[in-house]
Formats: sequence, structure tokens, C-alpha cells
Amino acid sequence: MLRLRINGEDRELPEADPQTPLLWILRDHLAMTGTRYGCGKGLCGACTIHLDGNPIRACLTPAAAAEGKELTTIEGLGGAVASALRQAWTEQRVPQCGFCQGGQLMSAEHHLRTNPQATEQAQHGAMSGNLCRCGTYTRIDAAMKQAQTALNQEENS
Amino acid sequence: MSQPRNPRLVDRRTFLRQSLAGSLTLGFSLHGSHLLARATTDLDLDFQDEGAWSPDLFLSLASDGQLTIVSHRSEMGTGIGTALPMVLADEMEADWERVQIVQGDADRRYGSQNTDGSRSIRNFYHRMREAGALARTMLVTAAAERWQVAADSCHAEKHEVVHKPTGKRLAYGELAAVAATQAPPEADSLQLKPASARRYVGKDIPIRDMDAILHGRAQFGLDIRLPDMLVAVIARPPVLGGKPLEWQESAALKVSGVKQVVAMPTPSAPFMYQALGGIAVLAKDTWSAMRGREALACTWEDGEHAVFDSEKQQEELRANVAKPGRKVRRKGDAESLLKEDGEHLQANYEAPHLAHAPMETPCATARMTEDGVEVWMPTQAPQSAQQAIAGALNLTPQQVTVHVTLLGGGFGRKSKPDYGVEAALLAQETGKPVQVLWTREDDIRHGYYHAASAMSFAASLGEDGLPTAWRQRSAFTPIGFTFNPAARDGSDGELGLGFTDMPFDVPNLSVENGPSTPHVRIGWLRSVCNVFHAFGVSSFADELAAANEADPQEYLLRLIGEGRHLGIDELGAGYGNYGSPLDQYPVDTGRLADVLREVGKRGDWSRRRQELQGSSNPWRGLGIAAHRSFLGYVANIVEVEISSSGALKIPRVDVVADCGLLIHPDRVRAQMEGAVVFGTSLARSGAISAQEGRIVEGNFDTYRIARNMETPAQIHVHLVPSEAPPSGVGETGVPPFAPALCNAIFAATGKRIRRLPLQGQDLKPA
Repeated sequence: MLRLRINGEDRELPEADPQTPLLWILRDHLAMTGTRYGCGKGLCGACTIHLDGNPIRACLTPAAAAEGKELTTIEGLGGAVASALRQAWTEQRVPQCGFCQGGQLMSAEHHLRTNPQATEQAQHGAMSGNLCRCGTYTRIDAAMKQAQTALNQEENS
Repeated sequence: MSQPRNPRLVDRRTFLRQSLAGSLTLGFSLHGSHLLARATTDLDLDFQDEGAWSPDLFLSLASDGQLTIVSHRSEMGTGIGTALPMVLADEMEADWERVQIVQGDADRRYGSQNTDGSRSIRNFYHRMREAGALARTMLVTAAAERWQVAADSCHAEKHEVVHKPTGKRLAYGELAAVAATQAPPEADSLQLKPASARRYVGKDIPIRDMDAILHGRAQFGLDIRLPDMLVAVIARPPVLGGKPLEWQESAALKVSGVKQVVAMPTPSAPFMYQALGGIAVLAKDTWSAMRGREALACTWEDGEHAVFDSEKQQEELRANVAKPGRKVRRKGDAESLLKEDGEHLQANYEAPHLAHAPMETPCATARMTEDGVEVWMPTQAPQSAQQAIAGALNLTPQQVTVHVTLLGGGFGRKSKPDYGVEAALLAQETGKPVQVLWTREDDIRHGYYHAASAMSFAASLGEDGLPTAWRQRSAFTPIGFTFNPAARDGSDGELGLGFTDMPFDVPNLSVENGPSTPHVRIGWLRSVCNVFHAFGVSSFADELAAANEADPQEYLLRLIGEGRHLGIDELGAGYGNYGSPLDQYPVDTGRLADVLREVGKRGDWSRRRQELQGSSNPWRGLGIAAHRSFLGYVANIVEVEISSSGALKIPRVDVVADCGLLIHPDRVRAQMEGAVVFGTSLARSGAISAQEGRIVEGNFDTYRIARNMETPAQIHVHLVPSEAPPSGVGETGVPPFAPALCNAIFAATGKRIRRLPLQGQDLKPA
């Protein structure tokens, strides 16, 4: 039986095929719809979630690969970095339609958590797997910079 | 003003539960020439029965002061679901902190809900103000009655009515029940607030869905979950109008989780909003349905459109602008002059089909009810969906309930409700709730495509370097084909998108249209024909500037000439002006010239242009263009950098937009930024092509939309302050970008781009 740990909770999925991509486990089996379908081929990043804290594409990752590991989705994304990012996203008014933003935040959180001193160029690289058709890229840049500054100030104070 | 919180988006049921007896509700018919108002107490209405509830209600004020405003236009990222309620709340003198917003279902009593054509604000700004003023007036009257004082000694102030002489105050909630018993005042007796008293209009109120978006709680089309719901994916004919020949139903049914295989009805032209046909696989979850569809191994009879080949289509388009076309605007005698003086400059431009590719693919969920069908879908056009679904299921529109979810982008694709029809048909066929999901490949291969186009331009130049004669021809696959298979010519409406209304003051002008044969459903995509028309007109103008060795900005200003209003005498009776009257929204070349001048200042055009001139490896340059569309005026300066390998970078874009009165400046700014990115995608890599009637591209690897590093690193937007009537905003920013970009490439490298997209073209200097 498929057993997953998602956002700190243990979930048992007796009816799920363990080869099902995590995206559809989350959406169809668990009604956790914050993780989005955009392409099904790992090209757009809308389905980005964390596996043991690292970003993966839920549309390509079979559920079996996550057994015994910790999954985090946008619904469960917490901590200081996530909080700084949400604050910055709000102040920079990043979202337009909002569909891709969960995936953007999942990528951004991992990047800032693991590279607190990253350059803008490195941030661009880290975010280049997340498409936004509305065109919020420059605001994402600004929001990441703002969050980074806020986090570094917190660190130093 | 303190920072207002996000208003919550509540669902209709919550709204109905919260609506308390004794509250004021007002009904407005927003179509028709005058405001019809009706006041009633909620006691008259059974709120438990949604069917009995008259939904032509734009606001409801509960006795506790909670104000509920209906957003009847679709939210796809423009912020309209915040902006229109802001207008109403402002005029009503309501406290934004007490506002909740409900999304309206499809209902013709709201007036048009077609959230396309960049017209939500310009068509409903005034209506929403009237609605707010009406409620405010009734509340003031109610307070005056309660106090037994003259109404004109009272005024409304942030959710209260104040009696000036005594300083007495009554909260809106306390007045709701009394106000509800009044006869509403006549619309023309309403006094609107002066600009100086605006409370929310012109302010950057946080969008209503911000927190939900940032926590993964926002509800888009695919997030609807119904008990016993089946998920359907459909194998659609790869060629428009094709039919399934053979398919392995049993193989599909063998896939675990697959419950049913259903042959969809085969549509015939005109395709309109019909379901495209094919074979549906229904399963208990999406993954099973997808695998079931693979197992179908469907074969097809292709039909007449199997001849569709993009290269041949471009040849046809080119041929049709190489010869005289149907004259849609003329002035003087351009043809004779071009013959006598010679065509000093001649150029052709072309652009391929495009797909909308919103991040959220088309999807819809439907279930049969006792007396009809209930559908949830991310749609720009709820009433079109209602009608199309009613037609397909042989129901009346009243039997079709369409709930509008958030849209994960629209760009015009979600104006066409074919995917809702599919879900409804399958719900009817199976008797179960059905959710239809389009994969990305389905979206790219079965769209309503932006027209493929070709244009030709010719000009004779006088001694001052300005054209004495200008001829422009455009041919493109018309949208009309989707609704009439015989359509070949562009309509007046399509030609009025940046072609008939070309702004240059030329003494002899001929504007012509040639035919084209479509083989796919043609639809409107953000900015529609303005995209290629602006590319042609603004590129050719830049070519003339270069031929004169002139500064492109100065030359453009000379071409535009003295500020003037193009009248119907010049534009022809068929000129649509985006559905708005020319006296309110003139074609004002003065405003176009103004945004060009302003962008020159803001973008430091002269200095930077000189600085970049002659740069090499990387080759850098600036390009400029300005365009009027959707009644607004936008100018761009684009800076490019071309590396020795021919790679293109866009370090900076300057945008100046004159969109009249700004309701929500930050969302206007966001639309302008987004338009630049949308323009970047289509200019760099936007191309849908076909071989043997089949669309070649399929996902974001082959139909590429711009990633962060491919888009401009800096986008500076300046919005011109204005009290002119508000123009469209959502589409206005796209048209000038591609020509400004290509003009910049010319400035940098001397290479003139006459064909979009850039992908596959060598940008290195010769």
C-alpha cells in the first residue's frame, strides 16, 4: 500500500497505483489542489513541490519515489523563508492570474533557503524552470530580492 | 488611508447564508439604456432556493453592515474582480473593510459578461458608479427619514450617513431595512461624487485573491471536486472536422481506473463552440484517463482540412497581398502616384498562427441536475457557455447553470466554451459528474488560433522624405471562418484593429484586404489583429525613417503630423472603434504623438541611442513604436543586445501608456508589464504550424513561451495621468512591442526582421 508523508501528515492510499505521478495523487486522491497541472512534462514548473526539501516536478515523479520521504506542497509550505516570500509577493503585488505562483513560491523558497546570499543571476537561474504566461517575472525578481534582504536583516539583528 | 485588507472572495452559498433578512438588496439591469432599479427586502426572497433568487443583484447590504458586491466579469489575472467592486464601493461611500465579493454566475441580466475585448472597465465603470450612487442615495434618504430632517442636510461617509448640523450618525447596516422599503430614485437624478472625493478609485487596493493564491487555496477550473466525479480526457481528431475510424475501446477499459469510453458527436462546420468530437475516456482519476486514452490507439478519417500546410498557407497569404485587394480605406489616389513616382520603398511582413497557451489548460466540470445541467468552468464568456451548452444538450439557457471559477489565464482562449460543452455532453451521456481536462498537447493542437497573416506596404516619398503615397495590404485567416465556413475576407472589425485606423497623415492612402483560406478554428487572442498590423505598420514606418537616415522617433512624429481626430469620413462607416462611440473615444493622433514623446523622455531615447550607435559584439540598439488599440495609446522603447552567436537579450523596455482614467493603477501597470512578456513570447518563438492538417507543436518544448531570462530584464512603465474616459488595458500594451523589438534589432545589426517569430532567424550582422 502506498504510504506518503505530506506536509507533516501520514497519508495512506490503499487504492492508488504507486506509479501514479504525485501530481495526480495530490489532486485527485487527496483533493490537495494547490499543486497545478500545466504541461505534464516537467517544462513549466506549475506542479513544483518539495521532496525532502528539494524541488521536484510532481507531474513526472511517481508516488512510489516519495515513500519514506517528506513531501511539502504549497498548502503546507511554512517557515521563515516562506513567510518572507509571501510578504514580499504581497507587497510587490506579484500575482496576476495566480495559477503558476504556487510553483514559483516552491522554487523560490528552496532557492533562498539553500542560497541565502545568492546573486540576482543565480536567482534567475533557480527560477528559470517556472513559466508565467501573465508575465510576472520582473516582479518575482523584485520580490525575491526583497525577501532576501528581509531575511538577511533578520539574521543579522 | 490605512492599507485596506484583502476583501474575501466568498462562494455564492456562503453569500446566501450570510444574507440576512432585513437587508437591502438592489437589482440593476446593466444592459439597456437606463438604470432600472428595484429595491426589496430579502424577506421576499427564498435564499435557500438558488433558482428562485433573482440574480440580477450587484450588491447586498446586511443589517450588520456587511456589503456584498457581485463581480460579474471573469477574473483571469487583470484584477477586474477587485476593480469593478472598488468602483461601486467608492461611489457608495462604502467601507472596503466591510466588502465581500461574490463571482456572478452566467446571467444575461448582468449585461455582457464577455470578459474580452478589454472592455470591462470602459463598459461598466459608469454603470457601477450608478449602482453605488443609487445605494448611497437611498441610504441617505432613509437616514433623513429616520431623523425627520431634509435629505440634503445629510451626507454619506464611509459606511455611515451623517447629519451635518447635529453631527448625528447612522451606520449603513442600521439603515438597510428602511432603505429597502423605498422607491429607488431615477437614474438621471443621481449625483455622482466629484473626482476629489474618490476613496478607492485610483488607489492600489490589494487584489481580492492574493492570500488564496499564495497558499494554494485559490479555486481554478480543475479544482472542482464532486462526489463520484469521473475525469475525462478526449482523443480529438487531429485534423479539424475529422472523424474517428477505429479505436480500441477494450484496451482502454483494461487500464485500471478507466470506467467508460464514449464516442463524442462529430461536429460539422461552422464549428463555432461545438465540441470537437473524438473519443472520450472516463476514469476515476486523471492519470487513469490519460493512460486509457493512450491505449485507444485511435485512427482517423481526416477530411478536407488535411490539406493544411503552413508553408503553403503563407504562400497563399503572400500572393494575396501581392495583388490589389478590397479597398477598406482610401484617400486621394495612392495607386496612380505609386505608378508615376515609383514605389520608393516596398516591404512585406508576415506572421504565423499563435496559440493562447494559458497556464491553466481548458477544463470544465458538469453534472446533471433535476431540471438541467450545472457547469463549473474557467470561462471568459459565461453566457456564451450557457447558450452553447444549452444548444448541445437541447436545453433552454435557463436550464444551464454556469459557475465561473478563477481563470488561470485566458488571453481569449476561454472566450470559447467548447470545453464546457464537452463536459456537459459527457455528464448527460454518463449521468455522472464529469470533469474534462485538456492536456497541454490538447490545448496547443486543438485551439482557436490567432490568425496567420501577410502584409505588403509600398510608399512614394516626397522631397521632404515623407510619403506622398502609402499603400498597405493585409491578408489573414479571418475569425469569421469559425462561424461561417465560407468566410475568407477580413471583417471591418478585424481590419479596424490597427490597420484601417493607421494614424499617419499621408495625402494619398490605400488600405486593402486580401482573402485567405483557414483550416483551423480562428479565434481572438490578446490584442487580436493589432498584433500583426502594428508589426507591419510600425516596422514599415521605421524602414522609411532608415531610408531617410532619420531619427526614428522624430520621423514617426513627422508621419503622425499635427494632432487630429480621424473621423468616420476618413475611416469609413464600417470602422468599429472597439464598440465605443468616436465622440467619447476619438482616434486621437495627438495622444499617440504624446506617448511617443513621453517615452522618448522617460527612456532617454536620444542619449542612449547615440551611445549605442555603432556598438559591436555585442551589438546593441534601441527601437521605438507606438500604437493605439482598445482606445488606449501605448509607446515602447526596446533595447536589445545581440551576442556574437546571435543570441538575443532584452536589457530594458520603456513603456508609456495613456489609458485615460486609471481605476487601479497597479493592475494597469501589471497589464503593461505582462503585455511586454506576452509580446516577447510571440516575437521570439510564437509559431503554430501544420503539416497534413495536423498541428506540429504540442507542449512548451515546441511551442515556447518566454522564460524569465528571455524576457526583458527591466520593464519601466509610466502611466499618463488622465481624466479622459478609461480605455481598454488588458490588450493595449501588446501591439507596439514586437515592432519596437524588431526595430531595435535593425538599429543594432542592420538586419530588418520582416517575419515573426525570430526563432530560427540569424540575428548576427551580415
